[in-house]
Amino acid sequence: MKSVLLIFLFFLLPSGWTQVAGQVEVCPDCAVSTIKKGIEKAGVGDTVLIRKGTYLEYNIAVEKPLTLLGEPGAVIDGQDKGEILRILADSVTVDGIEIRNVGTSYTTDWAAIRVVKSEYYRIEHVTLKNLFFGIYLERSDNGKVLNNTIIGDAKDEYNSGNGIQLWYSKHVEVRGNHVQGVRDGIYLEFADEVVIADNVSTKNLRYGLHFMFSNNDRYTGNTFENNGAGVAVMFSRNISMTGNTFRKNWGSAAFGLLLKEINDAEIRGNTFEENTVGINIDGSNRVVYTDNHFIKNGWAVKVLGACYTNSFRNNNFLYNSFDISYNSKMNDNVFDGNYWSEYTGYDLDKDGIGDVPYRPVKLFSYIVNRTPETIILLRSLFMDIIDFSEKVSPIFTPDNLVDANPIMKRRQ
Amino acid sequence: MLKILKYSFYDLMRSRWSYVYFLFYLMLGFVLLFLNNDVSKAVITLMNIIIVLVPLIGTIFGIMYCYNSKEFTELLLAQPIPRRSIFLGQYLGVASSLTFSLIFGLGIPFVLYGLFMSDAIFDFSLLLVTGAFLTLIFTALAFNIAISNENRIMGFGYAVLLWLFMAVIYDGLFLISLVIFEEYPLDNFSIAATLLNPVDLSRTLILLKLDISALLGYTGAVFKQFFGTNAGLVISAVMLLLWTIFPVWRMVYVAKRKDF
Repeated sequence: MKSVLLIFLFFLLPSGWTQVAGQVEVCPDCAVSTIKKGIEKAGVGDTVLIRKGTYLEYNIAVEKPLTLLGEPGAVIDGQDKGEILRILADSVTVDGIEIRNVGTSYTTDWAAIRVVKSEYYRIEHVTLKNLFFGIYLERSDNGKVLNNTIIGDAKDEYNSGNGIQLWYSKHVEVRGNHVQGVRDGIYLEFADEVVIADNVSTKNLRYGLHFMFSNNDRYTGNTFENNGAGVAVMFSRNISMTGNTFRKNWGSAAFGLLLKEINDAEIRGNTFEENTVGINIDGSNRVVYTDNHFIKNGWAVKVLGACYTNSFRNNNFLYNSFDISYNSKMNDNVFDGNYWSEYTGYDLDKDGIGDVPYRPVKLFSYIVNRTPETIILLRSLFMDIIDFSEKVSPIFTPDNLVDANPIMKRRQ
Repeated sequence: MLKILKYSFYDLMRSRWSYVYFLFYLMLGFVLLFLNNDVSKAVITLMNIIIVLVPLIGTIFGIMYCYNSKEFTELLLAQPIPRRSIFLGQYLGVASSLTFSLIFGLGIPFVLYGLFMSDAIFDFSLLLVTGAFLTLIFTALAFNIAISNENRIMGFGYAVLLWLFMAVIYDGLFLISLVIFEEYPLDNFSIAATLLNPVDLSRTLILLKLDISALLGYTGAVFKQFFGTNAGLVISAVMLLLWTIFPVWRMVYVAKRKDF
């Protein structure tokens, strides 16, 4: 509201009167022609209005609370020389600037915008192009990163950075951003109580979203599509993942979602569509999976051992090559009330629940886990026959791994 | 030879079994497309059926025809016609009528459901080509069995066993050897084992063309590298051709020397 008012005020003023109280104007032809000078001139709480034009600057430090407001077409070009904007004070707002050509360094993680040990920052409507790291939040709590567009052109993992990176930053809101073509779209390390909502993360080299050692976070309504490997959530507790879409993470080592050492998480209402592996679960306990849709994945859920007390309820499993894959005979997880498109049982009493339990683990998926080369026998008659006999009398697959109440109609 | 081919072909075309076979595929195609309007998905389902049924029908039909037309063959043998022509003509008559039923039976529904407008046309034609090859191969094998066995029951037994071996037992042995030798690099072995069985080869070719190859993981990458390239495609085509030519050659060879 404040910024809108300022723009409004500016147009009311006669031209030539460029100096407004609380506002410093920067444009290529003005008295103040660089952003650095503009920031120097501005007082605490002022607005630095950046006019349309290209500014060839880097290593800009913001050391007092102020607002950097860019007009459409205001571009900061770092010419690949280094970091562009470094925020070292609380309550700084960056709005509407486009930043290009961040330098690549193998010793320092140069970022387009770096926030260091500051609070109550707001980064919104920023466009980043050709970057190393995008928005880097370092020990900075209580901030907001909203509606930014980050478009990288990363080619190799070793010399590219992450779109939005949170490191030791708590209570941050990341909402409505579009990230593509970087290494990890959004990366969190030691970042607790973070909300990540309504972002689109696509075509990234490695992960669309990557959690490490971050607890009590929530991500919801995001779309992760066509990333190198999908979304990885590792070594974290109490993460809530709801209403996200994981699509087309397709490749020999790709997955929609990887859970590694995740405890007490909630996975609800997500859609996993056309991934090589929908969810890859490794050493994760007490995770609740409800109301998810698994559609046309290679493996809908791949369980790699040491996963206890997880529950899968009310999910849709539709047309996956393998619904569930297990590599051990032990099962401590609960499957109940899911819809399985491969279920062939009947419902005589018409209560909507199949009368015959469904066994989601095929013998073939067990064999493939043991000897990956055998996957070449996929869809052969022999495999169908032994899958059928295993279904009738399970020997190799965990015999208590059943969905006792498979529902007859898919959930909407 | 052409005359005999023509005679066999028309004889079979008029026969009930050809119609049944044709109508079966026609219905299969329509039902599949009716249940799930997506041409490319129907191709996957169809693959499963073709891989199993085409060899079976080729074998059974081939051996039945051979035994049933035994008197006719003996009559022809009394005429001044080269044996090569008699047997090749009969073989091509059976194989081509089966192929006809397959291609038209499946082709008509798919064309009606807009095959030419979908991008599955290449997959579908690959499916038909492998189906045609499987018909040629298994009919030739059936003729071989019929020629080498005077006893009909034995002949039928061998024919069913042949199909069972190629479609099921081979994969079982393949699987067992993969599991036993899992400590060793198995890429080349599995490629070779696939190449040696026409049923497996057809299945792999179609699977790799359909977009589930990413599912195959590392093995899939190896296979894709082999079968995905032009060289691999040529090698597979050559293997299928060899599988056709060798039994046909043996059939003619044995027929020429056989004392009827």
